[in-house]
Amino acid sequence: MRFSPQTAPLPEASNSVRRVMLTVLLAMLPGTAVAIALLGWGVLINILLAVSAGLVAEAAMLSLRARPMRPAIGDGSVIVLAWILALCLPNLGPWWLPVFGTVFAVVVAKQLYGGLGFNLFNPAMVGYVVLLISFPEPMTRWGPAIDSSGSALNFMQSVAWSFSGVLPSGVGYDGLSTATPLDHVREQITTGASIHHATQSLFSGGSLAQSWNLWLSLAFLAGGAFLLWRGVIRWHIPVAMIAGVLVMSGFLWLLDSAHHASPLFHLITGATVFGAFFVATDPVTASTTPRGRLIFGFGIGVLTVLIRSFGSYPDGVAFAVLLMNLCVPLIDYYSQPKVFGHKKSEPIK
Amino acid sequence: MSDVSYRDLAVQGLWKNNPGLVQILGMCPMMAISNTVVNSLGLAMATILTMVVSNGLASAIRHWVRPEVRLPVFVMVVASVVTVIELWMNAYLNTLYHVLGIFLPLIVTNCIVIARVEGFAARNPVLPSLYDGLMMGLGFGLVLVALGVIRELLGFGTLLANAQQLFGPMAANWTIHVLPEQAHFLLAILPPGAFMALAILIAIKQAIEQRRATRLTQPVAMELPNAATAR
Repeated sequence: MRFSPQTAPLPEASNSVRRVMLTVLLAMLPGTAVAIALLGWGVLINILLAVSAGLVAEAAMLSLRARPMRPAIGDGSVIVLAWILALCLPNLGPWWLPVFGTVFAVVVAKQLYGGLGFNLFNPAMVGYVVLLISFPEPMTRWGPAIDSSGSALNFMQSVAWSFSGVLPSGVGYDGLSTATPLDHVREQITTGASIHHATQSLFSGGSLAQSWNLWLSLAFLAGGAFLLWRGVIRWHIPVAMIAGVLVMSGFLWLLDSAHHASPLFHLITGATVFGAFFVATDPVTASTTPRGRLIFGFGIGVLTVLIRSFGSYPDGVAFAVLLMNLCVPLIDYYSQPKVFGHKKSEPIK
Repeated sequence: MSDVSYRDLAVQGLWKNNPGLVQILGMCPMMAISNTVVNSLGLAMATILTMVVSNGLASAIRHWVRPEVRLPVFVMVVASVVTVIELWMNAYLNTLYHVLGIFLPLIVTNCIVIARVEGFAARNPVLPSLYDGLMMGLGFGLVLVALGVIRELLGFGTLLANAQQLFGPMAANWTIHVLPEQAHFLLAILPPGAFMALAILIAIKQAIEQRRATRLTQPVAMELPNAATAR
């Protein structure tokens, strides 16, 4: 084996928190752009609201806890948290949805646990789950924001809808919103229709708006690939999570393909890809050993499909991430890598 | 221990040794029932009554109960008292009785009841025991009602809904609507909301204690810089 000889001024790995967070933000841009293009300005409004609320909440908590303001605000972790949360929120929701969710995520899930690096649970997912459990109706307001005549809401109209619930004349809320694919399939199956019928009626229309999940997933996949290339995340968690989704949904599908959606459907709908690359890979709350990351990701994938198929909420990524966050100390304890020169790794006492 | 001060008993029960905020006893009914003010009030009154009566009874029979068998005897006393209250509520507050359900008979197992019987009534005269039961019960009840107010306000947007279950038909329109339908924070009436609300109450109590402590030590702290410069 040959090693390339390197002399003293070795290239310095610049992996400060700030740099990592900026890279993550950059990687989310394509997905965000696609989301805005397909779902309208509501996405951007959500992001702006969430980020500003997150910054205010973080500053307030830091000053209450008498902690230095500049490093914690400047590392951008709040912006990433708020951005991820905002991307999970319905694009036609009211303004207080992103604000409330981000404030809860920052205050309770992040700062009360001790700030960045101490939180046990993924703050963005805590914020999302709190919103989903507390405000089930506003959390279903998804839609392409394009009415039947094809005209989309412009930015100011979206702002008006978000803040005061006022739509321009001639546009009805029912025309704007549609059930998400996962919602749609759940609804169809609970009314007794077969999965074939449910997915057929969903995609046979062939309109771009109907299958916006596919484009979103591809855009986030591109962002994820960028993160992998930059070395911000490692392959274990995303690959294991997607494998978990495919294995579990494939198993259910083979068992009873009339009542369970295909693995491909599970892969491209909901938050599977976004969750695999941007949520589950959170460096604070994910497992830190190589084997542990594989277990962690696979567990999230399996739980996601189980919650989607048998739970009472349409998507299960957020719940799966939180449940696996709980298991991380245990996983890390039992998956310590073998130290070079030792026979068998001993768990840290 | 005949030199108990009634003022001290009140301070212990309501604040310093509050069953809900300091001893953290009786969590199960406190978490489960405190989702509305009326439920909280109903359970709080039942618990207060149980504590007063069973403290009094246990104190009255304390000379004839051998230490070896005191716990079973006290549990029997508490259970009899709870059964009487339960039957009475079934007869006169039937709807509330059904709302409280299993948590009414479960007052028997509420640790705070047996804790006060064993810890106080078993070695004190009747009158202080009755008073201690009342104060500890009030401390527990106040926390329960405070939780009820917070959770009902956030989760249902109302106060005193279904007051007729407790106060009779004339209370049917006592409900105060505070929040609009859309802004109901459902998490507050679910179990996590109970834990968070209780945690916030405990934190508020600690903050008040801390502030009081620093205020008491303020003059000493003011002296320190002078002493340091003098040296």
